[in-house]
Amino acid sequence: MFSRDNWKEIFQTIQKNKLRTFLSGFTVALGIFIFVVLFGFGNGLINTFDEFFGDDATNVFFVFPGRTTKPYKGYKANRQIEFENSDLADIEKNFPMFLEYTTPRISRSSLVKYKNESNNYSNRAVGPAHQYAEKTIMMKGRYINEADVTNRTKYAVIGRLVEKDLFGSDNSIGNYIDIGGSAFMVIGVFQDEGGDNEERTIYLPYTTRQLIEKNTDKIDQIIVGFRPEIGYVGAMAFDRSLTRFIKDKKNISPDDESGIFIRNIADQLKQNQQFARVLQIIVAFVAFGTIIAGIIGISNIMVFVVKERTKELGIRKALGATPKSVISTILLESVFITTISGFIGMILGIAILGSLGDTLKDYFITNPFINLTMAISATIVLILFGALAGYLPAKRAADIKPIVALRDE
Amino acid sequence: MGSNALHVLKGINFSVEEGELVAIMGSSGSGKSTLLNILGMLDELDEGSYTLDGVPIINLNETKAANYRNKFLGFVFQSFNLINYKTALENVALPLYYQKVGRKERQEKALKYLEQVGLKEWAGHLPNELSGGQKQRVAIARAMAAEPKVLLADEPTGALDSKTSYEVMDLIQKINDKGNTILIVTHEPDIANMCKRIVHLKDGIILEDKRVEQVRASQYV
Repeated sequence: MFSRDNWKEIFQTIQKNKLRTFLSGFTVALGIFIFVVLFGFGNGLINTFDEFFGDDATNVFFVFPGRTTKPYKGYKANRQIEFENSDLADIEKNFPMFLEYTTPRISRSSLVKYKNESNNYSNRAVGPAHQYAEKTIMMKGRYINEADVTNRTKYAVIGRLVEKDLFGSDNSIGNYIDIGGSAFMVIGVFQDEGGDNEERTIYLPYTTRQLIEKNTDKIDQIIVGFRPEIGYVGAMAFDRSLTRFIKDKKNISPDDESGIFIRNIADQLKQNQQFARVLQIIVAFVAFGTIIAGIIGISNIMVFVVKERTKELGIRKALGATPKSVISTILLESVFITTISGFIGMILGIAILGSLGDTLKDYFITNPFINLTMAISATIVLILFGALAGYLPAKRAADIKPIVALRDE
Repeated sequence: MGSNALHVLKGINFSVEEGELVAIMGSSGSGKSTLLNILGMLDELDEGSYTLDGVPIINLNETKAANYRNKFLGFVFQSFNLINYKTALENVALPLYYQKVGRKERQEKALKYLEQVGLKEWAGHLPNELSGGQKQRVAIARAMAAEPKVLLADEPTGALDSKTSYEVMDLIQKINDKGNTILIVTHEPDIANMCKRIVHLKDGIILEDKRVEQVRASQYV
């Protein structure tokens, strides 16, 4: 079956029937190509997704104050809840087994000036642990530390794009910038995977911000980082007891949903992962459909090929070709073409995916890729089904009496 | 295809000796092609028996029929039936391929038979580069290449003008002279007269079976 003569015969048929070869090859190559590209795009979507939600630490709660909707313990409804420094200390004291760190955050937006350059930037007055919560990456200098908080230093850590906007190519470290009327010394520059907005942010010690604002002790929100070891279930339990604790402390009715809010990243992450999984299923479904379409395409072409070759097969049979040799001629030819073109389509698809990289980021596709095993298996499945689909018409052709085949015009 | 089966041959008793050159004649519908197809194992008989070279040809499956065809029979068709994407040489070599003859030997043999039909220098040409007569000569070379017991020709001159027809008949006569058994289906009396025996068929039975004085085709060439 695999003798040199057989192959020579097949190569000749392929060479002499270019249109037919092209048609079947093209169908298979296109099918695999689309499969690879689609599947890669699906993975790219999931990548984008991970990137969107992956820039913050996942073992974090953001606690926001709200406005009560129910009267409780002598307090009226519609009371604005506020957090103070003492709340931070109380949380740290009461949940040592869950906690990894806490940090306050006071968000403001101010006009920032350096020499002739000025712009509005959001700035966050925070504690040292904020670096872990936001996964802030230091490029140069350092982040805010405990000493800054204690001494209420006028130090600022600026984003990469803030430095670029204000300083151009100059070094910013050690220089003073004017933030909302006060001079701050730049002690560090950071980058953040969260995007441009994150990198147009300035971090200050929260105590310094409080000092500027008439020595208040109010904070906007509390960020609580918990130990990752407690897991999803532990995080949910911590979420509930933390809510109960704060509501109790702030005299909020336990069934008032608006007194405080806790944004639980672990819970969100779980939902996001579920969403990503659904995306993956949809992509797999579409890709599977493409393969089915490819199989149908190659089957049609096989029927056409056999029909077209009926007379030739009749001649061959009259000259002594056995049904087995007729079938093997047709099948080997089709398997050969589908294998070659299938792998060409696959490699083209992979090459396209590889060359795309980040260029489709605007369409939410980042670094599309396909796992090689998946691509090869899909190609092999298509080849196998192509052979199976070719077998039936080949068998029928082999069973046609030569006299009938010869009459075919 | 099987649904409109027709009883074409209605009792034919007929045998051919080795080395004969037989013309089977008859008007269309007389059953001459059906007879040839049964002899060629291209079609099956539903009644009666057929013995070829002492081998009863009965209950053949396709594989067996293919092997017998390959071993015993050579075909020449009215429409030549050359494979159009193969050169003359490759066409002639094809039955040898199915006989599992080695590649080199195949080429040599095919070239030898092409030379016998006078087309050695056309070996590398495709069928559509050849004239009708040349195509039929290639087909004859192909039929002979397998060195069959019997050469069956179905209207071998049907698509050719008379001059070319005589050339082809001259070739067939020469092959017959070497002792090969040949059956020709034709409806042209002049072609039939170039054979040694004429069998007339009408409505599925043998009307006449006579030996004739062979007219040599070479005198017209």
